[in-house]
Amino acid sequence: MSEPIISIRNVSKRFAGGVTAVDNVSIDIAQNEFFALLGPSGCGKTTLLRMISGLETPTEGQIIIGGQDMAFTPPNLRPTNMVFQSYAVFPHMTVEQNVGYGLKVTGVPAAEIKTRVAEALEMVKLAHLAARKPDQMSGGQRQRVALARALVKRPKVLLLDEPLSALDAKLRDDMRMELTRLQQTVGITFIIVTHDQDEALSMASRIAVMDKGAVAQIATPSELYEHPRNKFVADFIGKVNLLDASVLSQKGKTVTCETKAAGKFAIETDKTCGSTATIAIRPEKLKLSASEPKGAGLVKTKATVRDVAYYGDTSHVVADAGGSDLEINVQNDSRTGGSGVERGQKLWVSFNPEDALVLTE
Amino acid sequence: MSAQLKPGQGPLDYARRPWIIALFALVLLFLYAPIASLIVFSFNVDKSGVWHGFTFMNYVKAWNNEQIFYALSNSITIALISTVFSTILGGMTALTLWRFRFPFKTAYEGFVALPIVVPEICMGIALSMFFNYSGLMAAVRDWVWPFNLINIIFAHIAFSFPFVAVVVRSRLVGFNRQLEEASKDLGATEFQTFINVLIPFMMPALVAGGLLAFTLSLDDFVITLFSSGPGSVTFPVKIYGMVKRGVDMQINAASTVLILVTLSATLIAMKLQAPAKSGH
Repeated sequence: MSEPIISIRNVSKRFAGGVTAVDNVSIDIAQNEFFALLGPSGCGKTTLLRMISGLETPTEGQIIIGGQDMAFTPPNLRPTNMVFQSYAVFPHMTVEQNVGYGLKVTGVPAAEIKTRVAEALEMVKLAHLAARKPDQMSGGQRQRVALARALVKRPKVLLLDEPLSALDAKLRDDMRMELTRLQQTVGITFIIVTHDQDEALSMASRIAVMDKGAVAQIATPSELYEHPRNKFVADFIGKVNLLDASVLSQKGKTVTCETKAAGKFAIETDKTCGSTATIAIRPEKLKLSASEPKGAGLVKTKATVRDVAYYGDTSHVVADAGGSDLEINVQNDSRTGGSGVERGQKLWVSFNPEDALVLTE
Repeated sequence: MSAQLKPGQGPLDYARRPWIIALFALVLLFLYAPIASLIVFSFNVDKSGVWHGFTFMNYVKAWNNEQIFYALSNSITIALISTVFSTILGGMTALTLWRFRFPFKTAYEGFVALPIVVPEICMGIALSMFFNYSGLMAAVRDWVWPFNLINIIFAHIAFSFPFVAVVVRSRLVGFNRQLEEASKDLGATEFQTFINVLIPFMMPALVAGGLLAFTLSLDDFVITLFSSGPGSVTFPVKIYGMVKRGVDMQINAASTVLILVTLSATLIAMKLQAPAKSGH
């Protein structure tokens, strides 16, 4: 990685009353990255973002922005700008005044403000609403104002706090694409905070998954999905079947284990296992079939369908295998048959052990 | 059940029932009959309680009555000055109470609001004693106008700024702190944020509070009486003296003018408030 634009080093934040919001976090974020801080609510991701912006100061650690430790620099002197969750668009100013505000208070000449504001509004496609007041605009439009207002400052890093959480589903999808497009055109590092894994997976180039104030894993979206480091990450990113396994033997990279759901099988791993482990397998990597599937090395088991949920393009099937529930995603690839799976059916569930993962933490 | 609704009548459509309309009218009559008769008789040709014909004479006489004119200009001067100071003071008090945490804050908040409920007579006596013992009462007597009114101005600021503080404080509760953070994040200093974000948000409450202070000051009688020296007469005090000596329609005329002044102040304030909506 090239010289990081932001380097968070051993940052902790403890609030009065002994709550540790952020616990010894270290992250390097490179120039031009679309970086996501992902985690359940209360995991410390927003606090971390606010420390990067300067709205919060760390209890210990360094926050190096553009080569300078800015852990205690006030927000108005940092090369970062934030898009707030509530948008925080100034209600008494027009769109134009809102966007120009950050330039005006820092003494940019009026003529330059005018051109830069026009450019920024063009970029977020709001040029025709420049004279509007925020109370005459929709949530999506107000968010664009907030975006333009931050981008017009040409920050080194743009911080986005749950930017899509207040939008409805359709608008959210559009805005995701828009944000990705914007990030590519302006070439500014984006750091986004979100609790929505779809949002993080679809937009970010790298993701830090946070749990209880600490970083659980930093990786690209596909790495996180296919190679989660531990149970928390596997469970938080997408859906997963976690099978408790007892390890019978390990020879080099091959582990032989036994699970209640799928019996005894061998699986490859880099990890060194103790006597127990967890086998993680995604629902779409499980196959359902009426007859016994054939194929070398397939792990298979008989299961009773307990529930079928129809989602249009897929159906999510829950099946009982040896007393534990397995979740299987079935593609509905024909119009007439649907998934063809019904409650109470006894079917074969199979998977290729290469698609499963051994987790030890 | 006999209570059936007629077609097109909503269950809460009470306002269309005759007895409710009659009640509304009675309430209005009760509220405004005294004021209306005051205004009407300000145009009466003589000072009997009977209508004898229309004239503007009372207004001309009141205007030319130096004592009334002097008292009215005193009142308005006092009201304007004390409004400015109590708005600033009240706004700052509200900000302090909203923004900071400090020991005994609850107690402080209570004490700030106390003058609102303390009987005026007590406050009047207290102020009177203060001005007398401090020598201020005697000292200001010879000062040039409007400095000879300074006792009254002090007294009016003292009793009206808590009203401003309460009004502004309740508006600040609805302030979105992220607006303040956004301002700083965009490069504004603390002071720029205060001027550009917080003040505009507080403005409707400052206007409303200021208006309250203005009208409170304009018609205050009790506290003014106790804190004014012999030379400094305000309009309500003057009127009181005139009424004691007998009915005169000049009083009605001057009062009507006062009503107009307050009314137009209110209208202007409402106009000013209209564009600034809530801050979310």
